[in-house]
Amino acid sequence: MIALTRVTKRFGDRPVVERVSLVVEAGTTHVLLGGSGSGKSTLLRLVLGLLTPDEGEVSVDGVRVTPASRGDVQRRIGYVVQEGALYPHLTAADNAMLPARARGWPAARMAERLAALARLADLDRPLLERYPAELSGGQRQRVGLMRALALDPPVLLLDEPLGALDPLTRAELQGQLLAIFRELGKTVLLVTHDVREAFVFGRAITLLDQGRVVQQGTFADLARRPATPLVTAFLRAQAAPPEMAAYL
Amino acid sequence: MGLLAVSLALAAPAARAADAPVVRVGSKSFTESYVLAELVAQIVERTGEARVERRFGLGGTGIVYAALASGAIDVYPEYTGTIARAILKDPAVTTLAAMRAGLTPAGIVVGEPLGFDNTYALAVTRPTAARERLRAISDLRGRGRLTAAFDAGFLDRDDGWPGLRRVYGLEFRDVRIMEHALAYRALAAGSVDVIDVFSTDGQLAREDVVLLDDDRRFFPDYAAVLLAREGVRQRLPRTWAALEGQLAGRLDNATMARLNAEADLDGRPFAAVAASFLGGGGAAMVSHARELPALTLQHLFLVGVSLVVATALGVPLGVLAARRRRLGQLELMGVGVLQTIPALALLAFMIPLFGIGRLPALVALCLYALLPIVRNTYAGLVSLDPQLLEMATVLGLDGTRRLAWIELPLASVTILAGIKTSAVVTVGTATLAAFIGGGGYGTLIVTGLALNDARTILAGAVPAALLALVVHALFEVLDRLAVPRGLRARAAAAAR
Repeated sequence: MIALTRVTKRFGDRPVVERVSLVVEAGTTHVLLGGSGSGKSTLLRLVLGLLTPDEGEVSVDGVRVTPASRGDVQRRIGYVVQEGALYPHLTAADNAMLPARARGWPAARMAERLAALARLADLDRPLLERYPAELSGGQRQRVGLMRALALDPPVLLLDEPLGALDPLTRAELQGQLLAIFRELGKTVLLVTHDVREAFVFGRAITLLDQGRVVQQGTFADLARRPATPLVTAFLRAQAAPPEMAAYL
Repeated sequence: MGLLAVSLALAAPAARAADAPVVRVGSKSFTESYVLAELVAQIVERTGEARVERRFGLGGTGIVYAALASGAIDVYPEYTGTIARAILKDPAVTTLAAMRAGLTPAGIVVGEPLGFDNTYALAVTRPTAARERLRAISDLRGRGRLTAAFDAGFLDRDDGWPGLRRVYGLEFRDVRIMEHALAYRALAAGSVDVIDVFSTDGQLAREDVVLLDDDRRFFPDYAAVLLAREGVRQRLPRTWAALEGQLAGRLDNATMARLNAEADLDGRPFAAVAASFLGGGGAAMVSHARELPALTLQHLFLVGVSLVVATALGVPLGVLAARRRRLGQLELMGVGVLQTIPALALLAFMIPLFGIGRLPALVALCLYALLPIVRNTYAGLVSLDPQLLEMATVLGLDGTRRLAWIELPLASVTILAGIKTSAVVTVGTATLAAFIGGGGYGTLIVTGLALNDARTILAGAVPAALLALVVHALFEVLDRLAVPRGLRARAAAAAR
C-alpha cells in the first residue's frame, strides 16, 4: 500500500506539489493523470524517497519514507521511466539484472531469474545480448520493466512508461502490462498524461493540476461528475472528434 | 604493457653502475660548453680511474649549478663572471680566491683558469679598423657616423650596451637589434660597422675582424674554469691532476675560438673536436641514425611512465573533484597553475628535490600531463545524465559500485580523450627533458640548437613528431578496447 498524506513539496518558493493525499490499496493500480508541470513525476520521486516532502508524509507498505528508511523502501519498489533509462554500456541482460548483481546474487540464480523475466516481458532471448542502442523503443521499455521486476518488488512505480512508443507498440505493451499487473498482484502507481491510458489502467484515477488534486475517483466519476470544468476539458481534449469516431 | 618492458630494459644499464667510480660530466647547452665538457670527459676516460657519464646540454646556469650542488653531476665548465653574478650573486667578487672562499662551504672546488676569457667584445672589420684608426673601444668616441648591431641580450644588460655607452661615452648613428650569427654576416657585408661578439666565437677564427681592446676594463671577466665537487679531487686525485694538467692555461682565446669553429661552422662532432685537440685516437663518430633507437627507447620510457603515473593520479583526482565541487574548483585551479609554469622553470624546480636525469624529468612530465586527465575525468563525470545516476541509487548501487559500474564506464570516452591529449602533448614536452639530462629525442634538439644546426634539430624533432602520430594511432586502437561496446554502438547509431 502507498499512502500520501497532505504532502507539500516546494522547489524554492514555488510549490510543485501542494497538500496531496492519496492511497493506493495493495494489489491495485492507481493512475496519476495530468499535464506537464502538474507535479505527477515529483510525486513518484517523493514515494521513492529521492525527494523529501516539506510537509505531510509518505509511506510505503506502512513504512514512513525518510532519508533513513529510503534504502529499505527502494528495495520494495520497482521503478520504470520513459524510454527506460537503460545504461548504454551494459547489455539488455546486464541492465535487467543490475539490481540482483548489486545485491550479490550468484550467477545461477541470476540466469534463472533472467529467463523468467524475459518470458514475462515477452522479450526474445537473442535480444538480451544486445546493447540498448541496438534495441527498438518497445524492446528497451521491456528491458526497463524486467529490471524493475528483477527483485520481484511488491510495488511498481511507472513514469510515462509508454510515452515514447509508437501507437502499435504502445497498444501491445499496454495490454501486456495490464496482464502482468493483474497476474503478479502488484501495487502500481502509474503516471501518464494520456486519458486513454488512464482509462485502460486505472480503476482509481487522481487528476492533478499545478501540483494540486483536482479530482479523485473512477473514470466514470471523472467523466460524469466532474469536480470542475477543467476535468471535463482535460478528458475531452484527447477524445477523438465524433466525425472521426464514426469511421472507427 | 610494452612500455613496462621498455622501462625495465632501460633500468638495467643503470643498475650495473656500482662497480667502478663514476664521474658525471655536465655541460650547458651551447657549443663551447659541450666542447669543454667533452674535453673533460675524454681526459677522465683516458686517465682510467673512473667511468664517465655525460650529462650534456643542461638548460642554463640555474639547472647545471643545481645539478652540481645536489651531486647529480660531478664537474662542469663555468665562467668566473657567471660564478660571481649568477651563483654567488655578488658582482663585487672578482678574484678566484674570493670565489673559492664562497664555494668551499658548498663542497665545490674551483679549478685553475683554462686560459681563455669568453666575455663580450666589440668587433669591426680590418678595413674599418684601419680607416677609422680603431684599436680600443675608447677610439670609438666621436665616431657618431658609424652604425652598430647588437644582440638583444647585450642591448638589455647593464654589463652590455647601456653600461658601455655610459662608461665610454659612445654614440652611434644607428643601433639595431640583431642576432649574433646574422650580425657576423651583416658586418662582413658592410651593412653595419660595429657588432658585439663573444671573445671566443668560432667566427673570429675565420673572419677578418678586429676585436677592440676594452681599455677601461668595462666588461667583467668571464674566464673559463672547471667547477667540481670536492669528492672528485679527493677520491680521484690522478683524474683531477690530469684535468688541471691538460686543461689549465692550455686554451687561449684563439684556440677556443678555433675549436668552436670546428664544431659550429664545420659541423664536426664535439667528441671529434675534443679528441683532435687532445691528440691521439679520434673518438668514434656517433651518427644520429645510430643514436636513434636508444633515444627512442628513452623517449618512450619518459612518455610511458609519466603518462601511466599521471593517469593513476589524475583519474582519482578528477573523481574527487566531481564529488566535492568546491574542493574540485581548487584542485582544477591547482593543476591549471602547474600548467602555466614554463616547462624549463618546472624542470629547474625539480633539481633540488630530485637532482638531474630521468627522475626529475618524469616528475615534471607527470605534473604537466595531469591537467587534461583531471579535467576530462571531472567533466565526464559531472556531465552524466542525472536520470541514469538517480536510477542507480534506486537500483541499490552505492558510492564505489556506482562509480565503478556506472559512472566511470559512462565517462570513459571523455576520460580516454583526456589521456590521449596528455599523451600527445607529453611526446612533445618530453623533448625538454634533455635540458636536465633526461635523455630522449630532446638530446638531439638541444645539441642542434647549440650548434645552430638544423639537421641535428630535425633529427630529434621529426621522430618526436612521428612518435606523436604513432601515439595518436595507438589510442584509436585503445579506444576500441577500453570504451564499452554499447557506447560505441550508440555513437555509431547517432552517426547514422
